[in-house]
Amino acid sequence: MSVENDKILTEVTQNEYKYGFTTSIETELIPKGINEDVVRLISAKKEEPEWMLEFRLKAYRHWLTMKMPKWPHLKLPEIDFQDVIYYAAPRKKPKYDSIDEVDPELIDTFNRLGIPLDEQKHLAGVAVDAVMDSVSVKTTFRETLAELGIIFCSFSEAVKEHPDLVKKYMGSVVPYTDNFFATLNSAVFSDGSFCYIPKGVRCPMELSTYFRINAANTGQFERTLIVASDDSYVSYLEGCTAPMRDENQLHAAIVEIIAHDNAEVKYSTVQNWYPGDKNGKGGIYNFVTKRGICKGDNSKISWTQVETGSAITWKYPSCILKGNNTTSEFYSVAVTNNHQQADTGTKMIHIGKNSKSTIISKGISAGLSQNSYRGLVKVLKSADGARNFTQCDSMLLGDKCGAHTFPYLEIDNESAIIEHEATTSKIGEDQIFYCNQRGLDTENAIGLIINGYAKEVLNKLPMEFAVEAQKLLQISLEGSVG
Amino acid sequence: MTKLETLQHELLDLFTSNKETITGQDAPLLNEFRASAFDDFKRLGIPTKKHENYKYTNLESYLTGPEYSYELAPLNFEVNLDDLFHCDIPELATRIALVLNGFYYKHNRPVDLPEGVILCGLAEASREYPELIKKHYGKYAKAENDSLVALNTMFAQDGVFLYIPKNVVLDTPIQIINIAFSLMDLRITRRNLIIVEDSAQGSVLFCDHTLCGKSFITNSLTEIYVGENTNFDLTRLQNENGNSTQISNTFIHQEGNSNLTTNTLSLHGGLIRNNTYAKLNGENSYNNTYGLFLSDGNQHMSTFTNIHHAKPHCTSDQLVKGILNDTSTGAFNGKIYVDKGAIKTEAYQRNNNILLSKTAKMNTKPQLEIYNDDVKCSHGATIGQLDTNALFYIRSRGIVYEEARHLLMYAFANEVIGKIKLEALRERMIDMVDRRLRGELGACENCKIIHN
Amino acid sequence: MLEIKNLHANIEGKEILKGIDLIVKPGEVHAIMGPNGSGKSTLASVLAGRDIFEVTDGSVSFLGKDILDLPPEDRARMGMFLGFQYPVEIPGVSMVNFMKAAINEHRKYNNLDPLSASDFLKLMREKKEIVEITSTLTNRSVNEGFSGGEKKKNEIFQMAMLDPKLAILDETDSGLDIDALRIVASGVNKLRTQHNATIVITHYQRLLDHIVPDFVHVLYKGRIVKSSGKELALELEEKGYEWIKEQY
Repeated sequence: MSVENDKILTEVTQNEYKYGFTTSIETELIPKGINEDVVRLISAKKEEPEWMLEFRLKAYRHWLTMKMPKWPHLKLPEIDFQDVIYYAAPRKKPKYDSIDEVDPELIDTFNRLGIPLDEQKHLAGVAVDAVMDSVSVKTTFRETLAELGIIFCSFSEAVKEHPDLVKKYMGSVVPYTDNFFATLNSAVFSDGSFCYIPKGVRCPMELSTYFRINAANTGQFERTLIVASDDSYVSYLEGCTAPMRDENQLHAAIVEIIAHDNAEVKYSTVQNWYPGDKNGKGGIYNFVTKRGICKGDNSKISWTQVETGSAITWKYPSCILKGNNTTSEFYSVAVTNNHQQADTGTKMIHIGKNSKSTIISKGISAGLSQNSYRGLVKVLKSADGARNFTQCDSMLLGDKCGAHTFPYLEIDNESAIIEHEATTSKIGEDQIFYCNQRGLDTENAIGLIINGYAKEVLNKLPMEFAVEAQKLLQISLEGSVG
Repeated sequence: MTKLETLQHELLDLFTSNKETITGQDAPLLNEFRASAFDDFKRLGIPTKKHENYKYTNLESYLTGPEYSYELAPLNFEVNLDDLFHCDIPELATRIALVLNGFYYKHNRPVDLPEGVILCGLAEASREYPELIKKHYGKYAKAENDSLVALNTMFAQDGVFLYIPKNVVLDTPIQIINIAFSLMDLRITRRNLIIVEDSAQGSVLFCDHTLCGKSFITNSLTEIYVGENTNFDLTRLQNENGNSTQISNTFIHQEGNSNLTTNTLSLHGGLIRNNTYAKLNGENSYNNTYGLFLSDGNQHMSTFTNIHHAKPHCTSDQLVKGILNDTSTGAFNGKIYVDKGAIKTEAYQRNNNILLSKTAKMNTKPQLEIYNDDVKCSHGATIGQLDTNALFYIRSRGIVYEEARHLLMYAFANEVIGKIKLEALRERMIDMVDRRLRGELGACENCKIIHN
Repeated sequence: MLEIKNLHANIEGKEILKGIDLIVKPGEVHAIMGPNGSGKSTLASVLAGRDIFEVTDGSVSFLGKDILDLPPEDRARMGMFLGFQYPVEIPGVSMVNFMKAAINEHRKYNNLDPLSASDFLKLMREKKEIVEITSTLTNRSVNEGFSGGEKKKNEIFQMAMLDPKLAILDETDSGLDIDALRIVASGVNKLRTQHNATIVITHYQRLLDHIVPDFVHVLYKGRIVKSSGKELALELEEKGYEWIKEQY
């Protein structure tokens, strides 16, 4: 690549993270570190029932026996888990009944993030649960949704108001023993969103959770639980940002989805946690366990993710295709730049007959980053007629980054048809030239090509997110070609 | 202690208590490696399923089992080569050497070779050609991070040594018949070294056979060095009895402008594990790694590759195909690794599998690890069945179901066999695979090797 | 030669053929026309023995023998040939080997010795001329990388090689340009004798300018709703299928 392009690369990769501001709001923190007392304290702060505390303690005790996983293709720093604050919440009132009671600073914060909490100014057809640090700040449109029998509230409220549902489903897809980070989450999780769609209801608006880390030195541990009853439909969006801080912050979340007969859940994420500066200082360590189960026949779960943030990303949104004729999709664009590292992909576990899964993954690495796809397709003996198609492409921009593909295909049924394809290439110089020749400058050409490259995935996002995601891709990468 | 740990200790003890016999076989240069290999093996242990590279191959059930004996010195018995086997492929009939239970057979007939070409036992080579051994032995297969390499290095006493000097072209292949034959269940260690100097050319065929129904555990290791501007092919036919276990490691080092192809046909065996490591260490070199496995019964066949592009402008191509029947299991674990500086790399990898029965199982893990942007890499893997549309099409032309099925299996396998360059050998292999697919197990038609 | 009585067939529980009756005698050419989805290709597949279709009622006799329980290969050896609408690609199987295997299976069925290699090659050469097919095509894998026209020519070439008593050509004209259409049709015509019969399945009248039928049948909603001489094809061309749809 020419010197000219190198210059553009340097210019654009130094693009600042625009969500890096902090909100000066009074925050309630508990002391650093983790032990049984901290777990009890968190539970007490949240005024939880005894069974919830028991769940946390079981998880905590199990966590003590576990070690951080070493298998990802990541340079994982030693994390001192005693140096993390496990609970932070905006002081003031824990829950607001009307928008007027919300701290104006908070409203301003979410406005700056493009997430209005005021229902008058709402994004067209989107209900939002805004989570700041460890606590849900405001859930919009609750009443509208309640009329349809849809429950959409913070996880803490669900524990109090819908204990039977929470008891029945929490931990049923991601058990508290699942993995190091999920177990930690199960012990100390602070809040998150809960969503229940009753039988036969198509949720009329997009539900959305917006996560924001604000306080320093804190970890964020939220969990989301989505239950779609028979014949229901919901589309769910998740967004996240964090301020620019020099130290690394830990984020370990859980998302569980249960889809009953004929239900469909779409879950979309635009992950834009602070990635650290261009020298690799700071940034979020993002260790997330997301898993859905297509429990009922003919149910469908699709995951779409645009991953541009975080210093380290470790996440594998997965699906257990338990029912017959179930479908799952995973569409992912993961962009890494500067010193970012990502090890992300999916797991598709086929149990039901004629279950089908599709995996489309587009990795883009630039700068000094390392970007890995890791995916498992497992077909059990029972899954007659299972189908999987996987396409994972990697694109490298510059000669100092890495792109890796680690698929695992474990097939125990002779009637399965499984196809995996992967390619790795650099951005096409001929394509750039062609654009140049038609009058586009190189920066625009690259933006265009990258967006075209990721289009298959971006198209899967709900409209409101797709535009945002496209811009995000451009910002993360424009001109990062070497 | 787990079974594998027990085995590890037994093998360490076996070495310690027979050190004098093992080191006394007059192969001094080989002895120099044993002490550190012993330490490595002790430290690393035998890989369990928790080891990423052995996730899909359970060595425990194959390596531990009945009491195995170990031959510490070549058996002193004479065989009539003509009674034992007879190869009627004209191009292969002349240059044959026998390796019996890992030892180069003493009474191999002299082979007519171009000047300077050396074909002999590895032990003999270490006495007669110390400079060559010093330069190449243990240089490509590193024991410090692979316990099965360490185990081989600890016990290695003999095997085949082939040297093709500069500018020499070997026009017909050398055929090495590896025979396992014993009255007791046996552990075999085999170590080969092949050196192809600059601008030389040659090809080798390994035929692995068991001559009786005893259980064999073979740890075979081949190091291949090919210099600049060389052309070298290795074809391997694995056809052992169902009680045998073979772990075969091949370490390849290629200099610039070299062109090397390995083609491994695994037709029969209990457990076959083929590990191929190739390092492309010079610009403009080509590596082709091809494999075909046909498994049935309770067999396990596993292919592991690691193609390392260390220099720019190199091309590699991997194709491994498997047909699995009954309760057999298969695994493919392949990697393309591209270094930072290895620009203009082209690397391809493909693994296609057909499951014929409900109980067969295939695991595949094709991987790319790439550290620069100026590359063209791709991999693909499929697991499926015979195409029902094609089956119907063939039957609609009057061909019976079984034959149509056979035709499709054969066509599937043919892509790999078709890569064998030597026509006579290719045709013979086509015939072998054809018969194997019909459920017949055997040697070539006119060869006297008998299988149990 | 072929007698179809009250033939009913399902796919995945959905009834496609709802009672077909048809008699074909040696030397005859029958055209079966009909709008898309009327069951034309299903009929061809059922006759050839495709097992994804389930015959629920009726009978089919071919050369006096009930064939519904016979596997596709036996029907083929008796002399039934299906020219596929979408010929299947079979990578790795060369045309030569494929045809050699097929010819010899037919010969075995008729108690003949296999053809010698040279006789076989001679036959190939002879038949290739009929469809103006080039040698390079027969050296490749079956249908792999063939253009649409080449695939259809290849079907007629195989038909010539196997010399069937009854040829069923399923939409052989679809996707052909006029030159290819002419070549394919003239191939079919050259192979016509008093002893064999042809069923031409087509959507358009165009093909029937080149392969002149003795009878034209209109298939609609799984039934033959109209049968007549070749003039019916012209009438259809003129009035369109709407004309049929209105009536039935």
